Amino acid sequence: MWQNLPLFPQQASTMAPRVDALFFFLIALSLFFGLLIAFLIVYFAVKYRRRPGYERGVSIDASIALEIFWTAVPFGITMVLFFWGASIFLDQTQPPVGAIDIAVVGRQWMWKLQHPEGQREIDELHVPVGRPVKLTMTSEDVIHSFFVPEFRMKMDVVPGRYTTAWFEATKEGEYPIRCSQYCGAQHSGMLGRVIAMTPADYQQWLGGGATGVSAAQAGQNLFQRLGCATCHKSEGGSQGPSLAGLFGKTVKLQDGKSAVADEGYIRESILDPQAKIVAGFQPVMPTFKGLVSEEGILQLIAYIKSLSQQERTAAK
Amino acid sequence: MNGAPQVHYLNVDYGIRSWLFTTDHKRIAWLYLLSVTLFFFFGGFFATLIRLELMTPQGDLVQAETYNKFFTMHGVTMVFFFLIPSIPAVLGNFLVPMMVGARDLAFPRLNLASWYIFILGGLFTLASAAAGGVDTGWTFYTPYSSIYSNSHVALTVVGVFVTGFSSILTGLNFVVTIHKMRAPGLTWFRLPLFIWAIYATSIIFILGTPVIAITLLLVGLERVFNLGFFDPARGGDPVLFQHLFWFYSHPAVYIMVLPAMGVESELVTAFARRRVFGYSFVAFSSLAIAVIGFLVWGHHMFVAGQSVHAGLIFSLLSFLVAIPSAIKVFNWTATLHRGSISYDAPMLYALGFIGLFTIGGLTGLFLASIGVDVHVHDTYFVIAHFHYIMVGGSVMAYLGGIHFWWPKMTGRTYPEPVARVAALIVFLGFNLTFFPQFVLGYLGMPRRYHAYPPEFQALNVMSSAGASILAVGYVLPLIYLIWSLRYGRVAGRNPWGARGLEWQTPSPPPTHNFDVTPRVVAEAYAYDKEPEETYEFGSPSRA
Repeated sequence: MWQNLPLFPQQASTMAPRVDALFFFLIALSLFFGLLIAFLIVYFAVKYRRRPGYERGVSIDASIALEIFWTAVPFGITMVLFFWGASIFLDQTQPPVGAIDIAVVGRQWMWKLQHPEGQREIDELHVPVGRPVKLTMTSEDVIHSFFVPEFRMKMDVVPGRYTTAWFEATKEGEYPIRCSQYCGAQHSGMLGRVIAMTPADYQQWLGGGATGVSAAQAGQNLFQRLGCATCHKSEGGSQGPSLAGLFGKTVKLQDGKSAVADEGYIRESILDPQAKIVAGFQPVMPTFKGLVSEEGILQLIAYIKSLSQQERTAAK
Repeated sequence: MNGAPQVHYLNVDYGIRSWLFTTDHKRIAWLYLLSVTLFFFFGGFFATLIRLELMTPQGDLVQAETYNKFFTMHGVTMVFFFLIPSIPAVLGNFLVPMMVGARDLAFPRLNLASWYIFILGGLFTLASAAAGGVDTGWTFYTPYSSIYSNSHVALTVVGVFVTGFSSILTGLNFVVTIHKMRAPGLTWFRLPLFIWAIYATSIIFILGTPVIAITLLLVGLERVFNLGFFDPARGGDPVLFQHLFWFYSHPAVYIMVLPAMGVESELVTAFARRRVFGYSFVAFSSLAIAVIGFLVWGHHMFVAGQSVHAGLIFSLLSFLVAIPSAIKVFNWTATLHRGSISYDAPMLYALGFIGLFTIGGLTGLFLASIGVDVHVHDTYFVIAHFHYIMVGGSVMAYLGGIHFWWPKMTGRTYPEPVARVAALIVFLGFNLTFFPQFVLGYLGMPRRYHAYPPEFQALNVMSSAGASILAVGYVLPLIYLIWSLRYGRVAGRNPWGARGLEWQTPSPPPTHNFDVTPRVVAEAYAYDKEPEETYEFGSPSRA
């Protein structure tokens, strides 16, 4: 029990050293102010202890200069901390272009993951070292939180919406995934692991046991099976807008507003089609609530994304 | 003059009815003292069970479902039925009228009603515990609480809902009393800082509590009538709950700590026997905390899916709310300078408070630093941080305050040597319990974990060992304070040589507090003057 008592988790992602640097700065700052206050308290308590002939303190009026000084100093320090913390956060929330897109669905009490190539995993995520990995996450029931301490990465996984997070592993190894949002009886048992491998091993892993059907292809199959193609024709039509090249574009809506066609927009359009009507179309699409699972929606999104990539490739 | 008076508020009437139907703020303070003490040990019992379970990595003492009820009952009891009412309703009730030179609060019957409402809410919560408990955590996050939990959520939220009205009415009573019933000459800037702190707290009570009431009502309605406010499948939004919940529950942190800061200002001045350093800075920092405290709730949601933009703004505001607290710490420390410092038990608690509150405040900066918060959010780092504020801050100040005013409340002094030992035991036990949790959190142990990886055991064992020491530190005062009711030395009106108005009347005070209405002619904490130069008891009481 007392052997290898670690004080800090390993650094295994590009973000870990950056978070730790601010953390260590905060520790140094806390030590300085904590020890300063502790020293002053002990020093004053001893030096000005009550003794015969010294029964009353000397009341000194406050010095405005001193008050301004010890208001301004904490203000300056907290502003440094704010900008430092914010600069890390902006990068934590901004997945780099070209990240591997992993779909994550949480439920009581497991993680279901799918790679773009189609591989599905439960409570395990194989990733290559040195490449950013973006997680698009949702939950089938309560709120969970995807936490990998060694990556200094955490994001809540919320039913009814997508949240995203990303990491880039820097070291091969296995790192625990712990659910950090209380989610019911087996909360502490909702465990998984990230297995970071060399790119070559990762390619091999992708090849072995492959389904042969990528996430986008699975989405395409679903697209056909649900009859989406009847209205959403690739050449466009009067029934529904074409989805080719849609992903990531700004869409003009009936009510004059506009929306960016991201994961959340597509999910909403499938489950609640009346929420945002594209300009020039009638509100005729039925809801697919109950007809398609969270994983299915993520596959449909992968398919719609792939349509944009095809278009981009064609344009070149 | 210095002996106990013949007739005072405690012996003016006997019998259970004279207590249950009293409108005397001092007796109502006792009703609260007894009830929050019971709730404290009830909540402490669950804390003990939590620490016992966490001695070993395997969840082997109780089932996960049971453990989840333990930490929920611990949190609900300690937050809503101990920390929130403790200092305001016990010490505030006893002291506010005496400190402003009034014979009671503005609305004595409303004050008694507040206690009954508090007890009614407590009974609902105890009933939910008796019926099998609740397992949502004290934060009642949806959709777990509104749809998925199979425990007594509705009963518990009704209890918390009802208790909220007690807070609102108490806050109202304090605000009116402080505005309208100050003794002649007692201007705002002559008020004791405890009154400023209670005033700021009361504003939060009045403005914040209705929000938690509505929020929990919505959870109850969603559960019972299936309304779907927070259910995404029916167009609801689970994150909306978090906004509403923390809109109250973050200011509630200041409900718990502002009164403690008020007590701290009284203790530090009384035991350093000098005027507080930077009176107006300490006073206004209380109001600043109350106001800015309403604008920082989003820091509980940095990884909950709110926008990046919102995260950055809440991070900035959270840093700003730290500054008034820092100002207070510096001023208390400066108050020690050239004081005449004695080491009586209340002062040991007060000095411990500064140290522990400083650690709690500094670790708050870690959490406001949004890039670091992503890693430590919902881990034991957060648990350690808020226990440093709530227990290291509020409970230390509460105990310090109870010891300080015990002679006034009872007319007896507690045994000083054993009280000093108890204060040291609390300080050591507290640090051993909670400091290891900072390390556990950074290592990545999430909160509300029934079982945990074996490499976390050593730190958890330290924490549990500390908790057993802490428990001794809490039981000791219970014993010797009760003992002192009968065997304590007669205190006299002002055993500490303090300058507060409450010390200028006999101990225990008469029912009407002062025989003649005092006139205040000098500022608070005038330790360079004699009490007679601060207060004049010339004119006969109109009461």
